[in-house]
Amino acid sequence: MEARVLPQGEGALLLQIGAVDAAPEIGLQRRLLDLVARCWKPQPGVIELVPGIHNLLLRLDPLRADNATLRRLLLAAWEQAEAREPKGRLHELGVRYEGEDLEALAAHAGLSTREVVALHSGAVYDVAALGFQPGFAYLLGLPAALQMPRLAQPRLRVPAGSLAIGGALCGVYPAASPGGWRLIGHCEAPLFDGEPLLRPGDRVRFHPHA
Amino acid sequence: MLELMKIGPGSRVEDLGRATGRAWGLAQGGAFDAPALQRANLLVGNAPGAAGIELASGPLRLRLHRDAWLAVCGAEFAITLDGRPQRMDWAFAAGAGQLLAIDGPLRGQRALLAVQGGLQGGARLLQAGESLQLGEPGRPPRVRGLHAPTWTPQLRALPAPEYQCLEPAQRERLWTQDWRVAPQSDRMGLRLQGEPLALRLGSLLSHGVQPGLLQLPPGGQPILLGVDAQATGGYPRLLCVIAADLWKLAQARPGAALRFQRCTPAAARAALAAQRADLDALACWLA
Repeated sequence: MEARVLPQGEGALLLQIGAVDAAPEIGLQRRLLDLVARCWKPQPGVIELVPGIHNLLLRLDPLRADNATLRRLLLAAWEQAEAREPKGRLHELGVRYEGEDLEALAAHAGLSTREVVALHSGAVYDVAALGFQPGFAYLLGLPAALQMPRLAQPRLRVPAGSLAIGGALCGVYPAASPGGWRLIGHCEAPLFDGEPLLRPGDRVRFHPHA
Repeated sequence: MLELMKIGPGSRVEDLGRATGRAWGLAQGGAFDAPALQRANLLVGNAPGAAGIELASGPLRLRLHRDAWLAVCGAEFAITLDGRPQRMDWAFAAGAGQLLAIDGPLRGQRALLAVQGGLQGGARLLQAGESLQLGEPGRPPRVRGLHAPTWTPQLRALPAPEYQCLEPAQRERLWTQDWRVAPQSDRMGLRLQGEPLALRLGSLLSHGVQPGLLQLPPGGQPILLGVDAQATGGYPRLLCVIAADLWKLAQARPGAALRFQRCTPAAARAALAAQRADLDALACWLA
């Protein structure tokens, strides 16, 4: 798998694994998270590591960072990293499966809504990365049958706690916001109260409320 | 303490935002024209990152309940204290009971009002009728005024990861076209209007983004990310405005015609070093 290091402005370096529009892969993402957890030491001029899906952004102070060294270290760390079982917490989150798009998604999948609920809650998801909103976790591991592209026109307002599917990813919106993912349920878990509940390296299982 | 009698929409208390937190999905935040906040703070004897009021428009009417030095930097606003005109980029003493009035902007888009002692309570949108608590005053200013940078519509920028996916003719247009700031622009980003650009790439896997990044959503009208932009994005990345020019985004008015100017990493670093050196020199001088 091809690893490249590119600048993103003079204040950031991006480690990009494979194509920028590839289908998300759990193994690749686990290797990236292993890089961050186990194969990277603090370096002068690096302010923060921001994992994405199949990429890692290093935010830099351009007047202190040595880009050539960082590039070399990033590629070496990628070579060293391995796709390991996530070692973080397993979160068991209760869900009311009654989202606005649940029926449409079931129809798209050629399944009944009950089958969708069984499939979705039967999977264990990796927390791949955080972003979009404080505490929003991109989850990997959605069964292929449930994948569905996001809406062409995002909703102006998705309620806080909405469980949603976008392409091959799913996630729960910590706060109300505009959003383009398919809404399939509602989750009450407090995803951000000063700190995120879900972290890269954690896993999540959803339990349907009776 | 300050009593806020009137405040223009979009005005806020801001400091310099979050140094980290993008990995948790937190936006950077902070004053959109960060150097203006730093200059205003230094003028009144505050630490450069003390919280001040970011004014997106007038009218501001506030009454002080304690003596304090004040300064306003950034976009040009009309300032009076008890009816007497005051200068921009200039520290002036205000006494308890005096009324500060700020109207505008006359030029630019956002100004920063620093009050000796700094504002407490955290970054937030402001409402008329609020009382704002002040911190302990630092040393009184020793130098009254300073020279402010001049805004131009040229934004120095570096190519970003998907720049090379653009066809040569479109790359040319990116640098030579006027890009007009649309009215829906705000602290999250400037929505730019011009002859549309197109890329074969659709949406990308999520990646960390930063203020100054120029994204290309479907529809072909680029977005220039601001300080309140989300921490991650999924649109193609065309350019990144250099850090030393980010303050210019804060001063671009709706309708302004912006141009991107190709820069190099070395020149970008030199510009940032110069900007920091200017602030450091000011801090020494005013200390």
